[in-house]
Amino acid sequence: MIKILVCISNVPDTTTKIKFANSNKTLDSVGTQWIINPWDELALTRAIDIKDASNGYVETVTVAHVGLIDSEPTIRKALAMGADDAIRVNAIANDSYSVAMQLAEVIKNNSFDIILCGIESSDYNNSTVGGMLSEILEIPSVSSVSSITIENDKVQLKREIDGGFETISVASPFVAIAQKGIAKEPRIPSMRGIMTARTKSLQVVEGVQADALVEYVEFELPVAKSSCKKVDAENVKELINLLHNEAKVI
Amino acid sequence: MSVLVYTENWDGKFKKLTFELISYANEIASKLNMDVTALSIGDVSDDELQKLGKYGAKKILSVKDAKLNNLENNVYTSIISKAATTTNASVVILSNNNTGKAIGPRLSVKLKAGLASGVVDLPSSYEPFIIKKKIFSGKAFANVCIKTPVKVVTLFQNSFEIKVSETNAVIENIAMDANKADFKTTIIDVNKQTNKLLLTDADIVVSGGRGMRGPENWWAIEELAKLLDAATACSRPVSDEGWRTHEEHTGQTGKVIAPNLYIACGISGAIQHIAGISSTKCIVAINKDPEAPIFEVADYGIVGDVMTVLPELISAVKEFKNSI
Repeated sequence: MIKILVCISNVPDTTTKIKFANSNKTLDSVGTQWIINPWDELALTRAIDIKDASNGYVETVTVAHVGLIDSEPTIRKALAMGADDAIRVNAIANDSYSVAMQLAEVIKNNSFDIILCGIESSDYNNSTVGGMLSEILEIPSVSSVSSITIENDKVQLKREIDGGFETISVASPFVAIAQKGIAKEPRIPSMRGIMTARTKSLQVVEGVQADALVEYVEFELPVAKSSCKKVDAENVKELINLLHNEAKVI
Repeated sequence: MSVLVYTENWDGKFKKLTFELISYANEIASKLNMDVTALSIGDVSDDELQKLGKYGAKKILSVKDAKLNNLENNVYTSIISKAATTTNASVVILSNNNTGKAIGPRLSVKLKAGLASGVVDLPSSYEPFIIKKKIFSGKAFANVCIKTPVKVVTLFQNSFEIKVSETNAVIENIAMDANKADFKTTIIDVNKQTNKLLLTDADIVVSGGRGMRGPENWWAIEELAKLLDAATACSRPVSDEGWRTHEEHTGQTGKVIAPNLYIACGISGAIQHIAGISSTKCIVAINKDPEAPIFEVADYGIVGDVMTVLPELISAVKEFKNSI
């Protein structure tokens, strides 16, 4: 029997308009809708699907999150999707390293065989926590994982490489860093899932001392692009001319 | 003291992104009054290694062992970390590709070195060390300060121009310092197409969306791509429908690419798709809807039916190629 842990982060939903406050020193999160990071959501979906199909081999799927009490709705969503229980480390997510340190502590105090992390988060696009976690714990990691299957109690991963993929097995415990393809679509919580989410265990643990190695000092919006130069559909040759002489890309 | 660059190889060969990394490192090294050291892992010939000298690498460390031909994250990390320590590296640079994403974070922990991943420019300041990266899938930027003495940086592909800086590079073969027990992954099978131009390597990409109406029209995209030596891509609905394979899906949860030219055919321009192409140098959009959001991010656009415009574009490209 094995236990799976899925690490989830809380991010603004994709349609949120990005704005900054305090002279561009902080993110302005007023009015933001928070969701489970899309890659983590797909990883969680896969974990639950595997458990369902495993005939009891997978005992539990736990989710872990580093954040303050205002991220609990997102954690409850994960429980509603089908995770069995959750652990929240009560700490501010200062940077990836400090988040990884907190998660490592949770893993050291529990026993997980497979740790799943999404390859990046849609807010900071740092592809870092999963890898950092594996190094702190001194366990193997496999990244760009596009598939994970358990058959006859054996775990197999597919890792994407340039031009294709490798089929891999790895000694547990390990961290699998999952990308798109790990699940087709996120699981939608059922009515029953939403009801039971309220009573499933959400354990809160205090954070440990962990330094941040980096700091976000200023944010910027991209320079506004000049408007699109329209070329007449009757005069397609003009586009080639522009691409060659003006843009110099062909 | 050095600026260390991990130079990944593909079947013993380097790619354009490798030389981008060396040029980038060279720029940083000259600001810091240091030299560039390249580290290669795998079976790469001396001739190929010497190419790194053309862009500024002064020393090239090469580690060869059959066990290293497939990526083993912790072992590669140990090797790079050891090289960083012996060369007294101040900055360690990797690409923000799959391998860089796998190793960078482990390296960061091992060296207790802050990591800025997906950076798009040289540091704006060295004391303190501040560097810009993309956030919110390209909708904004963050200036990150790395507070530690050693820094790890992964560079976004195609964000730095290759610059020749001929250097007499010295190659040094170093022994692999790992034993069999350190290798924890077993490769069961490898499934790879070696002759196709990879989407992530292509300078020009021709892409199609639902506006193409069906897979039977894709001949136009493929023909245009062939004429331009381009790779082909698609939007998510197209790969979900099975018209094209998932390898071609470009977008927030698909491939994030940064070619010089991206031609979007019948693609409306949903936010998630734009997230996959936000660093493209030049975007061309062809769509029959003048209000399509893609025109807000495109540099050039043609309002018209793709299946009318594409054949004309194909003829125009053929004519252009004959004239030059």
